[in-house]
Amino acid sequence: MKKVIMGNHALSWGAQLGRAQVIAAYPITPQTQVVELLSEMCASGALDAKFIKVESEHSAMAACIAASLAGARTFTATSAQGLTLMHELLHWASGGRMPVVMGNINRAMAPGWSIWADQNDSLSQRDTGWIQFYCSSNQEVLDMVIQAFKVSEALLIPSMVVLDAFAISHTYEVVDIPDQDKVDSYLPPFNPPVRLTPSDPHAFGGLTSPEHYFELRYKLQKDMEKVPALVEETGREYEKLFGRYLGQVENYRCDDADLIFVSSGTAGYTARVAVDELREAGIKAGNLRIKLFRPFPFEKVRQILIKAKKVAVVDRNISYGHGGIFYQEVKSALYGYDHNLPVFGFITGLGGRDVTPGTFKEIAQHALAKEKAEEDIIWVGVKR
Amino acid sequence: MKSEAQKKERTMKLSLPTEELMSSGNLACQGCGATLAMRYVLKALGQKTALCIPACCWSVIDGPFPYSTLDVPIFHCAFETAASSAAGLKAGLEMVGDTETTVVAWAGDGGTFDIGIQALSGAAERNDDILYICYDNEAYMNTGIQRSSATPYGAWTTTTPVKHFKNRPKKDIDAIMAAHRIPYQATASIGYPEDLYKKTKKAKEIKGTRFMHIYAPCPSGWKSRPEDTIKLARMAVQNCVFPLYEVEFGEKYTLNIKPREKKPIDDYLKLQGRFHHLTEEHIKMIQEEVDRNWGRLLRRVDAC
Repeated sequence: MKKVIMGNHALSWGAQLGRAQVIAAYPITPQTQVVELLSEMCASGALDAKFIKVESEHSAMAACIAASLAGARTFTATSAQGLTLMHELLHWASGGRMPVVMGNINRAMAPGWSIWADQNDSLSQRDTGWIQFYCSSNQEVLDMVIQAFKVSEALLIPSMVVLDAFAISHTYEVVDIPDQDKVDSYLPPFNPPVRLTPSDPHAFGGLTSPEHYFELRYKLQKDMEKVPALVEETGREYEKLFGRYLGQVENYRCDDADLIFVSSGTAGYTARVAVDELREAGIKAGNLRIKLFRPFPFEKVRQILIKAKKVAVVDRNISYGHGGIFYQEVKSALYGYDHNLPVFGFITGLGGRDVTPGTFKEIAQHALAKEKAEEDIIWVGVKR
Repeated sequence: MKSEAQKKERTMKLSLPTEELMSSGNLACQGCGATLAMRYVLKALGQKTALCIPACCWSVIDGPFPYSTLDVPIFHCAFETAASSAAGLKAGLEMVGDTETTVVAWAGDGGTFDIGIQALSGAAERNDDILYICYDNEAYMNTGIQRSSATPYGAWTTTTPVKHFKNRPKKDIDAIMAAHRIPYQATASIGYPEDLYKKTKKAKEIKGTRFMHIYAPCPSGWKSRPEDTIKLARMAVQNCVFPLYEVEFGEKYTLNIKPREKKPIDDYLKLQGRFHHLTEEHIKMIQEEVDRNWGRLLRRVDAC
């Protein structure tokens, strides 16, 4: 069934089709339509779930974690200030191996108050042990939620499905809404190997001495390392059923490209327009859109970029005192493989400033004009 | 021939069940009131119970991984999330078909009066189906005796040294909970196990948010003798420092124990090193505060 829906509703549909059993969420702009539609879905009985309308995002994540421990499939959604309020509990979910799935609308962090897109909220949660997927269309948002449940529950690692404020969250697009039967065949009910129940009493998350703690973290990393292969596998399975492949990255005209943009989110979609226009002008450009940020798809990224002559990483985020966060990751993926490949680090679009095909063309011009990549941040569109 | 006393002892009926869901192997200090509170509560709740325990003495008392002194499941949750975790756990259990288990948030006074009050207020306003139990030892004892908003006026703690002892009264958490109009709330004391047991039983049978505030002396933090724990708990009821009462829907107040003769607080304070620095004048001020609180409670009870 095809429907014209907003990106936020794609998250709600993903949760409904994924048969989330416990939802705990708190409203925040630009996420509110996610919880509004979920409230209606629960109230109408379309979704058989308990929706705990909590008093904060911190409590939302706490409730999801505990519900997950009981063996229920859990979902929440938030943005920016809400996500960072959850920070402590993000560690709790991954450390306790509760496969909560959460939508996060990328919104710039205050101050000053901003409700517009950039990626610093979710990227600053990089080291919390969550899988992070970045989407660039409403369809991808819906598909990604369903896949996220599957990947998370197989490995007992929580997932964040990330989408840009407004450019996705409030934008209406045609979305193919899969049949429930087919989704059920793809995503069986959550059945964790261990759960909290009085019939087999255990203490979860208690005081853990240096004798044991280290191994718990080692195991989390070992399972994290299984994510890329699992994303490939579950992605192919999804493609067979629904005709759409999710995967770790999107390779757009990279194979013969001299200049490859590395981008994510809606900017990664915009980049395709720029690539086409540049190619029409005789410049062999390509775009590598990162869909899986954690764990970082080092191998895929390396395979694609290694063939290029120049790489331009476009970050809508910043790690203060360093630079673009994807830029760091890309350089780390190439380290030891090709020391001569110039990798440029661009920062643009913070706080929701538009990232247009023109932005990418400006980036291309800069990269093409230089022999070597500078080590400093290259700012695009900043007023100085 | 057996003496009358021996005969009487043989036929004496125990007022609490002999079933134990708490083992003797645990990490509590000598004379710990919080440990007794757990033991009595579990006798009332039975095996079909699940606990959410945030950071507090009990997250240590239970023992380190992979041990647990309790025969019921525990989720050791984040400090400020006892109520929200319990709400989530209850919802999760129900969705997987377990509608019977009593889900308990079990927190200390810091986790209840201070850092956990937002989550508690949220759960109570929603009337989430949880039993929230606060064992109150009147300071952050697990971290080493720092003042909380449950610390009474005049008390020494490591963050309220003698020269700057706590100069604000204890927060009235019970009045705050009553303002939420929850179906059931009660104060209880480890010094009155039968009353505590009865209230826990009653709370178990009620749906919605239930709140119990259990007085649990702490010899390590109060600088009292371990063997005085029960005595102090009983004294606090007899001198009306910690009266035992129930409130239904925030309105119906029932006083459970009305001392025949209301005792002055002096002896109670003298047994605790944390009050040794107080002058006559301070003690008089504390007595006046106790009297005011007691009078306010009686008026509420009488109004019902």
